[in-house]
Amino acid sequence: MTDLLSKFDPLIQERENLLATGVKDPFSLVMEEVLSPTVAVCNGKETILLGTYNYMGMTFDDDVRQAGLKALAEFGSGTTGSRVLNGTYSLHRDCEDALKEFYAMDHAMVFSTGYQANLGIISTLAGKGDYVILDIDSHASIYDGCAMGNAEIVAFRHNDVEALEKRLKRLPPEAGKLVVLEGVYSMLGDVAPLKEMVRICKENGAMVLVDEAHSMGFIGENGRGVCEEQGVIDDVDFIIGTFSKSVGTVGGFCVSNHPKFEILRLVCRPYVFTASLPPSVMATASTSIRKLMHSGNKRAHLWENSKKLHKGLRDLGFTLGTPEAQSAIIAVIMPDLEKGAMMWQALLAEGLYVNLARPPATPANMTLLRCSLCAEHTSEQVDQILGMFEAAGKAVGAIQLK
Amino acid sequence: MANREEIMAKVSELIGPFNNKGVDLSASTTFQGDLEWDSLTVMDFVAAVEDEFDIIITMNMQAEIETVGQLADAVAKLMDS
Repeated sequence: MTDLLSKFDPLIQERENLLATGVKDPFSLVMEEVLSPTVAVCNGKETILLGTYNYMGMTFDDDVRQAGLKALAEFGSGTTGSRVLNGTYSLHRDCEDALKEFYAMDHAMVFSTGYQANLGIISTLAGKGDYVILDIDSHASIYDGCAMGNAEIVAFRHNDVEALEKRLKRLPPEAGKLVVLEGVYSMLGDVAPLKEMVRICKENGAMVLVDEAHSMGFIGENGRGVCEEQGVIDDVDFIIGTFSKSVGTVGGFCVSNHPKFEILRLVCRPYVFTASLPPSVMATASTSIRKLMHSGNKRAHLWENSKKLHKGLRDLGFTLGTPEAQSAIIAVIMPDLEKGAMMWQALLAEGLYVNLARPPATPANMTLLRCSLCAEHTSEQVDQILGMFEAAGKAVGAIQLK
Repeated sequence: MANREEIMAKVSELIGPFNNKGVDLSASTTFQGDLEWDSLTVMDFVAAVEDEFDIIITMNMQAEIETVGQLADAVAKLMDS
């Protein structure tokens, strides 16, 4: 018998080698208590959270929690059904209404996760003979949406406007084309040149989908994302987003002004063949989304945090993923996985949690310590964080002693 | 109609800057096994080939191409279509 798991032997070996150096497993952290959007207890120690996607700190918002408790009491713990059968409650409709209000768009469709939103929309929109044109650094859910569909897939170099244009011009003019872009790329926290890219897509007859998972609630005057910030939201055909980041719960969605959008509810398999989200999740999401519409001050504070952390880390001598703060994600580039894991552990010992990111999730085989800021981080916490980075960086030799 | 020999010569020339191990090239040279290219190198190389011949090699097609000879055949086919 061939052991089907033997194909993972190299990865098993790599993990064993890493753990043999004495570092803790960075992918098995457990949070014993969560005290607030920015503090949890890990290994019995109070730890500042700098590696969550809780950008707007909505997980502990009083109104959000009250809405969830009320829905749980009134509608029960789950729907036990598909959206197209018994799984659509008034709360699901209300959540879609909240999204339509938030984006000022005609249609909204809620999926059970953001991953499923990309999987479903991309695989359903682009069929046999159509083309999906995507950035090489696209998220796994975008690639998996391509793999699930029957379209031809064309990749272009990350954030390269000219490479995108050349490829669009080489495709048959009559073929259906879907260009898939992201507002913020989550590994390095860099922003896409959507203004130029969306224009080029329109000039070449392509429809555009933008995944704004990491920008919703934060970037743009109304928190609608990078496409709002760069003034091209009206030319974007589909926006994909998630509830598991700024919204502070779980779920995914697609919003659009396309007049035929509603038919997707019947033909999109990851929407049809899965259970809908529980009532409490819908109530927390709707409440949070409506509050995010009026969170200009929190957005301003989050920008301050992000800029302060970026400058502080750069001044300490760390190599960062972007020349300036472009989003709420600041990526610290580590020389290799072993050094990255050592630094990660040293930070945890100091009382700071960040994300250790490694290939294949990262571009160019990079090992990253990914920091994501929250609007609820105080300015003093950011000072504390910088102090921890300095101590840990010196302890493991990631930065020079001054 | 493109000449396959000319295409092979051009493809070999384009491999040059990415051939860090100095592997001798033939039609049966494999990109992954012999040249040991990672996904990023493949991406850069594919872009160079696409620009040289003014074609698109989709990721679906790339998945089927393992050797230099198969790439030359694919390029010839794309230029004729």
